Amino acid sequence: SFQQQPAQFTNPETPGYVGFANLPNQVHRKSVKKGFEFTLMVVGESGLGKSTLINSLFLTDLYPERIIPGAAEKIERTVQIEASTVEIEERGVKLRLTVVDTPGYGDAINCRDCFKTIISYIDEQFERYLHDESGLNRRHIIDNRVHCCFYFISPFGHGLKPLDVEFMKAIHNKVNIVPVIAKADTLSLRERERLKKRILDEIEEHGIKIYHLPDAESDEDEDFKEQTRLLKASIPFCVVGSNQLIEAKGKKVRGRLYPWGVVEVENPEHNDFLKLRTMLITHMQDLQEVTQDLHYENFRSERLKRGGR
Amino acid sequence: PCAGPVESRNEAAMSELVQEPRQKPVVPMKPMGINANLLGYIGIDTIIEQMRKKTMKTGFDFNIMVVGQSGLGKSTLVNTLFKSQVSRKSSGWNREEKIPKTVEIKAIGHVIEEGGVKMKLTVIDTPGFGDQINNENCWEPIEKYINEQYEKFLKEEVNIARKKRIPDTRVHCCLYFISPTGHSLRPLDLEFMKHLSKVVNIIPVIAKADTMTLEEKSEFKQRVRKELEVNGIEFYPQKEFDEDLEDKTENDKIRQESMPFAVVGSDKEYQVNGKRVLGRKTPWGIIEVENLTHCEFALLRDFVIRTHLQDLKEVTHNIHYETYRAKRLNDNGGLPPMAVETEENNESNL
Repeated sequence: SFQQQPAQFTNPETPGYVGFANLPNQVHRKSVKKGFEFTLMVVGESGLGKSTLINSLFLTDLYPERIIPGAAEKIERTVQIEASTVEIEERGVKLRLTVVDTPGYGDAINCRDCFKTIISYIDEQFERYLHDESGLNRRHIIDNRVHCCFYFISPFGHGLKPLDVEFMKAIHNKVNIVPVIAKADTLSLRERERLKKRILDEIEEHGIKIYHLPDAESDEDEDFKEQTRLLKASIPFCVVGSNQLIEAKGKKVRGRLYPWGVVEVENPEHNDFLKLRTMLITHMQDLQEVTQDLHYENFRSERLKRGGR
Repeated sequence: PCAGPVESRNEAAMSELVQEPRQKPVVPMKPMGINANLLGYIGIDTIIEQMRKKTMKTGFDFNIMVVGQSGLGKSTLVNTLFKSQVSRKSSGWNREEKIPKTVEIKAIGHVIEEGGVKMKLTVIDTPGFGDQINNENCWEPIEKYINEQYEKFLKEEVNIARKKRIPDTRVHCCLYFISPTGHSLRPLDLEFMKHLSKVVNIIPVIAKADTMTLEEKSEFKQRVRKELEVNGIEFYPQKEFDEDLEDKTENDKIRQESMPFAVVGSDKEYQVNGKRVLGRKTPWGIIEVENLTHCEFALLRDFVIRTHLQDLKEVTHNIHYETYRAKRLNDNGGLPPMAVETEENNESNL
């Protein structure tokens, strides 16, 4: 027999502090010890600044020995999947970050098959997780599922290309898509606004589901609410990446040096880089949860319905 | 929301809760990395803060079982632990009620809130345990109940369309009440703990400890510890689940010195030295429940609630539940008990 009493039952005759309010601290302590993992996929044509941006975001050099292939070599190339993992620690908190790169995407003359490899990769990670989750020994399941995909849109066009639309529609039920306009320093502020609006319209027109930032909860402080509003209003983010330190206005900044001035990566007036990074960090957990609760569960129920293990 | 003196006590105790302001990436930090050379501050540590806030908002389940002969003060102790009328004693149970002929399992749920954290607490009482003339196998209904909760969780987990947060009715902690005879454990105590320590976290507790002097208490505890060890009974915190040296050091001290906790429970308040305290009034003095020189209630409370609450749940989920699941899978030829059949799934949801 099980009785349920209505909420908030403390006997007013024996007031006092029990101590279970300390539970979040206990969880905190365990989380810090465990650290956590995150997998980010980057997709976009060559030369859009993907690698530079990733390096800028995490202040590392994930691609130290890179050789950039010439055009002739790219003709025959199919899409590759390259995953690099790096461990980043800050104030005792460990993040094991895996960046999945997709060189070759969009390079071929005929790109018709270029997203098959990528979709297979995403499905394979779901498949592996499903297998591990159903197994006997579950103590050390590794989560390699793709939690977020940065999709790079070229700033040189007039909006989404057909390939962009087709690809995003093919993966929007499998992964959280964050569209990013790269090399934003080729656009003036007005051109950027126009391009953003154009892209958002096209996303809606084609029914593409991109990742939606959850609204700030009512009990958050005003700063956080304002920050969330600003982030939501800036999508898709228009970014510039760089790991070069340039001298500007008497201090060293990361940026790009042109004869007409310095584009500062971390200057919110120059581009949305900081917004992108803030969004990623403050929503890392939500990105993981949506992957687990929505995309993975969809995959799992489809898979189980089809039968077999 | 409680008014008046409660708030100030909460505030004083709240200093345990470190309120961290939201971090904003401003000042570049010194490079600190395992593979990476950082040139600034990213803000990864704020993720942990987000998780903590999330835990606070979602609240959590905690299921505690009490086992022991009637009259050992189980219900009172649970009320004292949670400073609320949460046990069977407080939900219309009549003290003159007859002792049941078999062991009954009675689960009572409450939602209590503290410092913005909501806890859905379920107290599972086991009246009738150890009270019969013939107590053979009286732990079986208890073991059955515990396994039924694992089964319930497992069925939900293998569902095709499963709930986002699977309701957790599994027993996270079982307080086993030892009678303060001063001599040794009873055969029933050993049998129960031997069987059940393999499926649930058992915390042995010496009840009504105000019947022993300090020396008697110390000797009894030592004897009980020895007996448990000799009989290979692994009570919580189990040695083999210590995660690192820090845990081991902390838990060794608890296992070898503090446990089993000798406790006294009370839900009545008395005035002692100008303070209101929970206690028992006797002609020879007032026994203060939260006074460490009188009994070890405060140690038990801190252990179960303030420091090891999350760990109790994790050991239940990662160890006991997984053991049950593995056994079920093995019995079923490596397959989960519920396959893909929609009809079966519908049945299990009844």
